[in-house]
Amino acid sequence: MEVKRPVPVVPAPVWKDIKDLQEWQEHHKSRPASGDKHSTQFESLTEGLHSFPGGFVLTTATDAFLNWARKSSVWPVSFGLACCAIEMMATFASRFDVERLGMVPWASPRHSDLMIISGTVTIKMAPMLLRIYDQMPDPKWAVSMGSCANSGGPFRHGYHVVKGVDRVIPVDVYVPGCPPPPESLLNGLLLLQEQIAHFRTTGQRAAPSPKVD
Amino acid sequence: MAADSTSTVVKELDYTGAERLSMNMGPQHPSAHGVFRAILTLEGETVVGVDAVIGYLHRCHEKLAENLAYVQYPSIASKTDYVAAMASELAYVMAAERLANFEVPKRAQYLRVLVGELQRVASHCLWLGTWCMDMGGALGGGATIFLYCIRERELVLDLFESLTGARLLYGFHQVGGVRYDVPEGWASECRTTVDLIEQRILEYEEMLEGNAFFMMRTQGVGVISRELALDVGISGPLLRASGVDCDLRRLAPYSSYEDFEFRVPVETAGDCYARYKVRMVEFRESIRIVRQILDGLPEGPISSRPGVKSLAQVRVPKGETYARVEGPRGEVGCYLQADGGPKPYRMKWRGASFSNLAILPHIIPGHGVADVVAIMGSVDPVFGEVDR
Amino acid sequence: MNATEARTRIVEFPGTVAGGDGDAIVVDVPAAQWAAFAEFAKDILGCTYFSFLSAVDWKDEGLEVVAWVDNLDAPFSVLMKTRLGVGVTSCASLATVYRGAGWMEREAFDMFGIHFEGHPDLRRILLDDDWVGHPLLKSYAVDTPYPPYR
Repeated sequence: MEVKRPVPVVPAPVWKDIKDLQEWQEHHKSRPASGDKHSTQFESLTEGLHSFPGGFVLTTATDAFLNWARKSSVWPVSFGLACCAIEMMATFASRFDVERLGMVPWASPRHSDLMIISGTVTIKMAPMLLRIYDQMPDPKWAVSMGSCANSGGPFRHGYHVVKGVDRVIPVDVYVPGCPPPPESLLNGLLLLQEQIAHFRTTGQRAAPSPKVD
Repeated sequence: MAADSTSTVVKELDYTGAERLSMNMGPQHPSAHGVFRAILTLEGETVVGVDAVIGYLHRCHEKLAENLAYVQYPSIASKTDYVAAMASELAYVMAAERLANFEVPKRAQYLRVLVGELQRVASHCLWLGTWCMDMGGALGGGATIFLYCIRERELVLDLFESLTGARLLYGFHQVGGVRYDVPEGWASECRTTVDLIEQRILEYEEMLEGNAFFMMRTQGVGVISRELALDVGISGPLLRASGVDCDLRRLAPYSSYEDFEFRVPVETAGDCYARYKVRMVEFRESIRIVRQILDGLPEGPISSRPGVKSLAQVRVPKGETYARVEGPRGEVGCYLQADGGPKPYRMKWRGASFSNLAILPHIIPGHGVADVVAIMGSVDPVFGEVDR
Repeated sequence: MNATEARTRIVEFPGTVAGGDGDAIVVDVPAAQWAAFAEFAKDILGCTYFSFLSAVDWKDEGLEVVAWVDNLDAPFSVLMKTRLGVGVTSCASLATVYRGAGWMEREAFDMFGIHFEGHPDLRRILLDDDWVGHPLLKSYAVDTPYPPYR
């Protein structure tokens, strides 16, 4: 049996063509068409149910139940990169305690749903980050924490720094700050839960809503 | 065919010491303290070779320093050693001041010492918590001591937040002095905090030193000899745990350290337990210095530098210098080559963790796989400073 | 041995020029004597503590290698410097004298492209093995793009 080697997909360098912030936001509205689904079989099943007369009641109820379950047990992979990792640890620890939101930092990416990119992504680290993200099962989310992960931050002009983690993996919530205090990160995680609650037809991302996007 | 393959497996399991296994650890590893990758060569359960791969957090600090003015860089310098941002800012600022012959007011010097020592307490809290968590459930409940230590660290961070407005990276120092003065009521709050932490340290010690597992995992593990320590150039608590009485606060006093009374702990065993002992004493000595400063904080201005209107206003004459401070991890140094302009010509950052981490390939071989984590935690690397 | 004694001993070493003030001695060493002076500093001057090694790119005047060693007993420190000359990118290695120089020289090789002769394991340390160029040279722009992530 031939084993296929996973080929890392590097997103096209669209940043070159983007002129201003509006264009950048437009670009971000077009979410990837695939990649958030469980499996094609599951998807065709839910689509069939949905199109069946009266079936939408079932799918909507399933949606609500699954979304509640998903958002109540988001496990972030314990993956610290730089300064923000210290604040992330503080968020996980005694005073801020995100475990009350159902978030348990987990060391294995294969059992995690969320990746908090806490710090500067360098060119040497980016392939590793992509691999860890690929190891996480769908549906998965990513929170970009801090200026460095959002855009490169103060190190943006460095030769070894990726100018924002969204050039490597898709990001759901951006938390600004250098570093963001735990309150900011908590706010970001709550926004993420809000976003998860808005999933439609079991596992697909909804259109961006003005409240959370 | 089947019999052949079975016999091969049996042969492999029947370990004779000839087979070697390469094991990758990191860069995403819960006890790697950051983005560290070690390629371990194993013989059975024993590590025989270590290849440390670093650079996953190389953020071009030295190149950026050549492109940023003396006024701008201190706030970026805090991102080298982000667990002890006060120490790294101070190293850069001191180098620039030494070249430019800036006179730092006495009050500013005392404030620098004050925040430096509070930072040492916060940094050691984080070290103790993460190190004990790495060694895991053997210490009676996994994350217990981590949660306790973070609880105390938050108290110190609260003090910093009311002083500077930031929790982790401060931008407190500036060339010529410090940026903020202590607010009203801060001193009494600080006294209460350090009193509380001093009591809690006793609790930690009771909890850890009464634990047979903790003693077994640290005593005699990762021994660094005095000669090796000097040769590799490790510094801070590691060097003092190897029997070298070297503390830059005592050896080459900067920022009025000569005014304070404190003890430099020295242990001779050189193992993980000795490093632990040194740091536990440093906790107390730092608190002692903080109390002395709060008792005798002189009045006066906090910065000798007038406010600047443009970045190019702070210029440093041509010359070279090397300023170093004793951070929580050891000698944090900044070698500066100035060419008379508003930006340095060359800045070399001597991170304490870089040299401390270089000891790993010398001491890990011969230990078990589980000891790698204990040794690495006792070195206390911060990868912002290793990779810069 | 204290700083003044050390200064008189350094004068005996051929080809060197000692400067600096107080406990921080600055010594200009000819490139050919680099490793020999390091041994002299360690054995005779008692500078057993190795602090750091790095380099400076003086554009048209070539590269300069600097190293800082300490005598912790006195205490005094020695900053040794050597000019490699225009276009020269090789230098004697100190890794056999001070073990701490191993990683520092790998970093200098990574950042400046200086080949340290006699280094046991000279590879890039901070950047990837396939990196092109040596970033801390003055000819390398800080925002040089590196595909595919930028």
